[in-house]
Amino acid sequence: MSKKRKRAQSPFQLAFRRFLKNKLAILGIIVLVIITLGAIFAPLLTNHDPTYGDLLKIEKAPSEEHILGTDGSGRDNFARLLYGARISLVVGFSAMLFTLLIGVVLGALAGYYGGHIDNLIMRLADLILAIPFLVLALTIIALLESVTVTLFVTIIALTTWPSLTRIVRGTFLSLREQEFVLGARAIGASDFRIIFKHFIPNAIGPIIVNATLMMASMIIIESGLSFIGMGIPQPTPTWGNMISEAQNIRILQYHPEAWIPPGLGILLTVLAINFIGDGLRDAFDPKSNRR
Amino acid sequence: MYKYIIRRILVFIPMLIVLSMIVFGLAKAAPGDPFTGRMLDPNIDPEVYEQQREALGLNDPIPVQYVNWATRIVKGDFGESMYYKGRSVASLVWERLPNTLYLGLFSLAITLIVAIPIGIYSARNPYSMFDYGATTFGFFGLAVPNFFFGLVAIYFFAIKLGWFPSQGTITGTDITGFQEFLDRIHHMVLPGITLGLAGTASYMRYMRSEVLDVLGSDYIRTAKAKGMSERNVLYKHTLRNAIIPIITLMGFEFGALLSGAIITEQVFSYPGLGTLFINSITNRDYPVIMAITLLLGVTILIGNLLADIFYSIVDPRIRYD
Repeated sequence: MSKKRKRAQSPFQLAFRRFLKNKLAILGIIVLVIITLGAIFAPLLTNHDPTYGDLLKIEKAPSEEHILGTDGSGRDNFARLLYGARISLVVGFSAMLFTLLIGVVLGALAGYYGGHIDNLIMRLADLILAIPFLVLALTIIALLESVTVTLFVTIIALTTWPSLTRIVRGTFLSLREQEFVLGARAIGASDFRIIFKHFIPNAIGPIIVNATLMMASMIIIESGLSFIGMGIPQPTPTWGNMISEAQNIRILQYHPEAWIPPGLGILLTVLAINFIGDGLRDAFDPKSNRR
Repeated sequence: MYKYIIRRILVFIPMLIVLSMIVFGLAKAAPGDPFTGRMLDPNIDPEVYEQQREALGLNDPIPVQYVNWATRIVKGDFGESMYYKGRSVASLVWERLPNTLYLGLFSLAITLIVAIPIGIYSARNPYSMFDYGATTFGFFGLAVPNFFFGLVAIYFFAIKLGWFPSQGTITGTDITGFQEFLDRIHHMVLPGITLGLAGTASYMRYMRSEVLDVLGSDYIRTAKAKGMSERNVLYKHTLRNAIIPIITLMGFEFGALLSGAIITEQVFSYPGLGTLFINSITNRDYPVIMAITLLLGVTILIGNLLADIFYSIVDPRIRYD
């Protein structure tokens, strides 16, 4: 037998190949990479400090020095746009990871053990889902003195895990009844080993897809809270903070260059992530052709 | 079916109680006495301070405090606002509630009127130009933050074109009757569309995939095979089945609609519950915050309950265990 014979592909490799064929998803990756590079190399792309306000240059129209003009405190809008991408991406990504951790652990416990543990976790999830996310997050924010990025990410994670937990639990419940699990148990595999070696690999598709789509909604949440002044406080540049300047009718009317770019930034980032998420869903579940 | 409905209502009651406990817990974490709205000044004579605490019942055991609070809530007494001195929380909420309700209903009406026909048409002509256009719209509708869309709408339709007002609910107080009604609708157009955008996109997607699913099922083929007209197949068999998940979705999307209203109202300075909520957070007006949180939580629990009950009535196929 020749060694060059094509090896059988794992489901993961098959999914990856299907993903690469999805043009929109690849486009999403390209856009996301460009935005990420812009955020990482922000100091090389602009000489301005995004938090330094020159009070002699307030609400200036675009010029060669300030290509998107300056904001109401004399800060350079272009620098704020680039640095703002950092906050959006970091908050979106870390909130997603944190939620993933809580969601998967609780979902695994509920789905694997069932019974009382399942009941307890799922009723808790139902309750958190009963209070609209934004209301719960704002109520918690109202109890705090000030909001930092870490605290903000924690609040988002603590209020959004239930939807992921439900998905993981559902997958685990159906896996629990399958024969290979009985087999694994019969040869003496520990619960820990069954969960990590057998369950999570089988549930990885829905988990990755939902985590991706979740990241997009977290970016919208962050910008929305910053917009109403309840998110990351000024002078930290975030896209939401930049757009909130447009609540001033003068800036809204005469300086669209100040608030339209960060809005497009959010739109493009979220679109890119959603395309990637949809691409992953089609790749992991070829039966679904929902759009 | 009746057994299921009764059981579902029985599950609803403990959830309501635990929800109230969560709100109570959050309120206890706030400074002062968030239930009656009286802020305690720790700098006064410790003896007087102790007396006040005693009089307000703050020295009672926590369960007793909870029961006292819950009893007052059931009677509709939410205490007094800390910020608007002398105003009861209930009167503040009642004043704003109708505005949010009108905006929500208006937005939902636009959503359904736009999303359902587009979804059906897309499903009947899949992969056509129209379908691709609708899909593209769906992608944007779900990705654009509603506050940004709201600002763009104000920029173009209120400032540049001057077609619609950009804020408030009514132009003046001197108009009445039908004129007043029209003026209110005129003020609700931009916020209503903004609030309904994300919903429109998701209902449209749902409708499209549901109709596609049903159109591909065996009983539709049978209906066509026995010579039923295209129209009858669509209205009698397809839509009846495709609409069920949409109505359930409405029960669950209710929360998203209310959350969206908080930010949308802020963009359009629309005097509803959302702006009251944000102002209360800015002013740290805890009694109002807790009352709105509780109110919205209860509304969503009821929405989910109604969705489940409705589902069990229209779709006898679901299992009741």
